[in-house]
Amino acid sequence: MTTAPEHIIEVKEMVKKFGSFVANDRLTFHVERGEIFGFLGANGAGKTTAIRILCGLSYPTSGEIMVAGHNVYNEREKIKRKIGYMSQKFSLYEDLTLSENIRLYAGIYRLGRREISSREQQLLKRLDLSHIRNKLIRDIPLGWKQKLAFSVAIFHKPAIVFLDEPTGGVDPITRRQFWEMIHDATLEGITAFVTTHYMDEAEYCDRVSIMVDGRIEALDTPASLKQQYESKNMKEVFLKLARS
Amino acid sequence: MNRFLGFVKKEFQHIFRDVRTLVILFGLPIVMIVLFGYVVTTEIRDVEVGIWDRSMDQASIRATQKIFSSGYFVPAGYLEREEEIGELFRSGRAKVVVVFEAGFQKHLQTEKGAAIKLITDASDANSAQLAQTYLQGVLMNYFQSLNQNINVPWSVNLHSRMFYNEEMKGAYMFVPGLMALILMLICALMTSVTITREKEFGTMELLLASPLKPREIILGKVTPYVLLSFVNAMTIVVLGNLVFHVPVVGSIWLLMLECMLYITLALSLGVLISTSAKTQQVAMVMSLLGLMLPTILLSGFIFPIDNMPKVLQWFSAIMPARWFIVIVKNIMLKGTGFAFIWKETLILLGMTLFFILAAVKRFKIRLQ
Repeated sequence: MTTAPEHIIEVKEMVKKFGSFVANDRLTFHVERGEIFGFLGANGAGKTTAIRILCGLSYPTSGEIMVAGHNVYNEREKIKRKIGYMSQKFSLYEDLTLSENIRLYAGIYRLGRREISSREQQLLKRLDLSHIRNKLIRDIPLGWKQKLAFSVAIFHKPAIVFLDEPTGGVDPITRRQFWEMIHDATLEGITAFVTTHYMDEAEYCDRVSIMVDGRIEALDTPASLKQQYESKNMKEVFLKLARS
Repeated sequence: MNRFLGFVKKEFQHIFRDVRTLVILFGLPIVMIVLFGYVVTTEIRDVEVGIWDRSMDQASIRATQKIFSSGYFVPAGYLEREEEIGELFRSGRAKVVVVFEAGFQKHLQTEKGAAIKLITDASDANSAQLAQTYLQGVLMNYFQSLNQNINVPWSVNLHSRMFYNEEMKGAYMFVPGLMALILMLICALMTSVTITREKEFGTMELLLASPLKPREIILGKVTPYVLLSFVNAMTIVVLGNLVFHVPVVGSIWLLMLECMLYITLALSLGVLISTSAKTQQVAMVMSLLGLMLPTILLSGFIFPIDNMPKVLQWFSAIMPARWFIVIVKNIMLKGTGFAFIWKETLILLGMTLFFILAAVKRFKIRLQ
């Protein structure tokens, strides 16, 4: 399969079946390098299944899928080195300190000792968490944890970061700040692939795809989707699609 | 930094920062040893015995003296009427009453012989049985020694010896059993819980999406438990030796190797459990009900396998602990070498391979 160099993810006719249930029905789309790609859909629409395949956590039934220039069938190890991942559930270790969590993940991605130290300092300074670097994660507020979890997911400067409902349970202000962080990451060349429930968040994405019953029903920029479906906001677009 | 070592370090941090884990890891073996050593005992000591001597002649008085000088029994009083037996048992002041018939000495010299009646409080069947056996032993010994002087041509002198445990110490039985139990508990329970914890908290997904390979994740999680369990096994051996004088007659190296094999087996069982348990609670219940109880009941640790119904005997054959206990007893008490335990070792090895393969297969299915 040929991949345009600016396409960091290229998916053609991706199918995933569990027995007779079709979770992903011939998905075809691409993600451009450096964009924020919103991956929307109701619960059970097949978002998580798709994201797991793209991350190398499960195999597709059929289809051609390239992630960061590698095939998901036999180059999963290479893919895993180039991606970051943050799941719906909160994903830092509660009984380790901020610093220990950062160092653990940095070690897993084989960053050098000196590099880890300098990047850790920068990161903690940017998040204004330097003074509590030796606190256990369980002792800090959820919003901070979430921001830190994201920073850890992009600590090794991956080509793509997959965010699976990253803002669940977080207050609106923190959500806002969280999206600013995602935006900043894309400025550094990281592509963000985000699933979310919050339709207002869809407006922050460069392009949005909406899944219904395992299929992609719409894919475009938020502005043109609103125009196409004659809607005031993304919530209306979503409801129109989900009900049709 | 080597990413595998970093991962192992993190696992140690989990262990040493969790009080519950620490208590189970280090407190449990010591508590169990002390409990089994001092409380759950199959030996008898200071059993209260009431005496109803209806004869009060030289022979009965000598026999009574023999009973109390044996070290197992203490006097609970001398009775004069039959009704006092019931009273004594009900008040709990005695477990056994020894009744000498009237004219004891006179009958002793007749062909028919003299009679002693042993009455035990069998509301506690186990202790009653034990006390009765011990009493019989003491009395038989005494009367046999009397006979020796008479020189009856047809008498048989029965000498019994208990090989490998001359003093019939309970510790000889429970130290190997405890090793089997504690290692199973720590390895299988702790690993299944620690792996399901990663699943429950969502960190497993993250690890799987990282360049760490699944086998590195599993190995990284079990490595600390291998080390700590091994320390535990040796602690039990040392405690058993220092406190209860259970020897290690055979090779300590062989014992260590067999312990490692059993630890590996228990760990792979733990990993297998974690592949089907979704939450820590489920993993805990599966380990406790599925492993602990059968290990206690069916491994021959407490209840002899030969006395079980056939069906349970078959069940006992699939208990890893059963074979491990045989191995440990052979090495520690009999001092036998590998030649005598290769069969049991092979069985454990086979089980280990089976569990590892099953765990790997299930783990892969989960990733599909």
